[in-house]
Amino acid sequence: MNFTRRETLFVGMGAVAMAALPVPALASVEDAIAAFTGGAETGSGGITLSTPEIAENGNTVPVEVSAPGAVSIMLLAAGNPNPDVGTFNFGPLAASQKASTRIRLAGTQDVIAIAKMADGTFMRASNEVKVTIGGCGG
Amino acid sequence: MISRRDFLQASMAASAIVGGSGFGNWARLAAQQRLTQDQLLQFDTFGNVSLIHITDIHAQMVPIYFREPSVNIGVGGNAGVVPHITGADFRRAYGIEDGSPSHYALSAGDFSALAQSYGRMGGLDRVATVINSIRADRPDALLLDGGDTWHGSYTCYHTAGQDMVNVMNALRPDAMTFHWEFTLGSDRVHELVQGLPFAALGQNIFDAEWDEPAELFPPYQFFERGGVKIAVIGQAFPYMPIANPGWMFPEYSFGIRDENMQEIVDEVRAQGAECVVCLSHNGFDVDKKMATIVSGIDVILSGHTHDALPEPVLSGETIIVPSGSNGKFVSRVDLDIRDGRMMGFRHKLIPIFADVIEPDKDVAAVIEAERAPYKDQLSEVIGQTDELLYRRGNFNGTWDDLICDALLSERDAEIALSPGVRWGPSMIPGQDITREDLWNVTSMTYPEAYRTEMTGEFLKIVLEDVADNIFNPDPFFQQGGDMVRTGGLGYRIEIDKPQGERISNMTLLSSGEPIDPARNYVVAGWASVNEGTEGPPIWDVVEAHIKAQGTVSLQPNNSVEVVL
Repeated sequence: MNFTRRETLFVGMGAVAMAALPVPALASVEDAIAAFTGGAETGSGGITLSTPEIAENGNTVPVEVSAPGAVSIMLLAAGNPNPDVGTFNFGPLAASQKASTRIRLAGTQDVIAIAKMADGTFMRASNEVKVTIGGCGG
Repeated sequence: MISRRDFLQASMAASAIVGGSGFGNWARLAAQQRLTQDQLLQFDTFGNVSLIHITDIHAQMVPIYFREPSVNIGVGGNAGVVPHITGADFRRAYGIEDGSPSHYALSAGDFSALAQSYGRMGGLDRVATVINSIRADRPDALLLDGGDTWHGSYTCYHTAGQDMVNVMNALRPDAMTFHWEFTLGSDRVHELVQGLPFAALGQNIFDAEWDEPAELFPPYQFFERGGVKIAVIGQAFPYMPIANPGWMFPEYSFGIRDENMQEIVDEVRAQGAECVVCLSHNGFDVDKKMATIVSGIDVILSGHTHDALPEPVLSGETIIVPSGSNGKFVSRVDLDIRDGRMMGFRHKLIPIFADVIEPDKDVAAVIEAERAPYKDQLSEVIGQTDELLYRRGNFNGTWDDLICDALLSERDAEIALSPGVRWGPSMIPGQDITREDLWNVTSMTYPEAYRTEMTGEFLKIVLEDVADNIFNPDPFFQQGGDMVRTGGLGYRIEIDKPQGERISNMTLLSSGEPIDPARNYVVAGWASVNEGTEGPPIWDVVEAHIKAQGTVSLQPNNSVEVVL
């Protein structure tokens, strides 16, 4: 099947339309968190998640997470069709418990980081990242 | 113990009541119905440091008319507070008399009539006179340019910014930050910035690939003035790759980066800065929020949203000074810095009434030299207007009504979309429209007037998306600018609803029928941020339309119903 340029354009627009609709991936997000924490409560603090307020390009959004003393950090994109981004494990010789990567976001959504600390407790941080088709400048 | 905030509030009150800053004087000037240059420049030099701020000139080297907005809605904590009050409410808030020079310079209402009395504003040769006068009082005053300088006119486009660089160099700025400059493309920006005899600053200008500070744009510059160590930190427009075509400057990433801003403030304080000034292109509400998050900034010189306020606004322990646009205003801020602290300030927003302030001859000659090669094109008359043509306003302006009409008729479209930018001077009824006037409201490096089809559903997504970029209650999610202007399409907007629920009652105006989400509509627009957009430049489209009309007249635009 051959797409003309115009049809391709509209396929692209369709994708934007889909992205703008709220996709209830929440259940699988909570499942993923429960699997990581074993159902333990998550605290806040001790974990820093850095994301842009508005993504400059939803296809490659820089994300940095740092949790001193963590043995493992899981990263989730709550609004993606598949929310799993990855889990970073830190060995005892790791100089710092910090990771940065770039992720693809299907639309405006929360990016969530859960850190497993050496004492077995869990810390959670979450930031909303907006993905927009852009506006106009002053 | 008097807190620092008390000090600043006392300063604010003194500056408003005593009127050493001249704002109190304006009302008296109004009673006299006449202005003099001495009155506009009167200032009792204060403290030990002077800052001069000019921003968002948009390449307007010669005097222009510029009507301030009558609709500028604030959301969340910014609802109903400056700069989100307009017209008579704005004048009441500052005690400005109707019909006074301040009314004309700072607010909307009776614009065409007042323009006849008070004349044009701005002109960089007049700005030079003001700067020289401040430097006569305080020879080492810092001149800081907030950006949006190398964009917005016929000559700026055809010289790729060189005309503005040459004229600004004649004013001898000490530092600058950026926004539309980047739409010249990164190669040209590199070329111009490398030749600047002053600092090109941006703590939030990063290398996109490595997410590290970009080498060409240092975060700050130290100055020693009046025995005070001053750090000026640059803050470029945070959302450039979203609001403007990122493909024109793919090497760069921006963002607010408030955490980095705090680190930089701490760094310069540790290096002995006694005064920290942020030269910002964030926009006013973003600056206000940033000042509550980042501690240690004394003054934010605020640009981007084109607001002009006769007094600074205190946010946290920072004073925010917005200085208008298009060369209409210059801010002078005198600071008393003692023992590493700002103990007080005196401020004046100086309106550049072009018929009152004498042009500086040297800078006038530089401006003339830049314009001379294009004289014939600039002065060519392409039509007349019976209307007040202006752009500012959250939902529409008459310039954009005219541009949308041109897109509908010249591109044979059902619906027109025109970007909600805030630059572009005004014209008063009876004026000839020259090529220069037309380019003042259309000039840009991505002017292609596209013609395409969009479904009703997609049109709604576009409106919702743009609306959220303006009316999101969190300022850090606001990009500045105004709502995309629509031609042939009416809608209702509920400002306080969340994204996806603000827009309703979308109507195709030609038939009066509701927009069908599933149907395709022929849409013409311009200033697309997408690479490879095709079409004639917008100035050709509008010129053809004006020539066909001869004299421009417009129907009142009631197509947007706003629910607060």
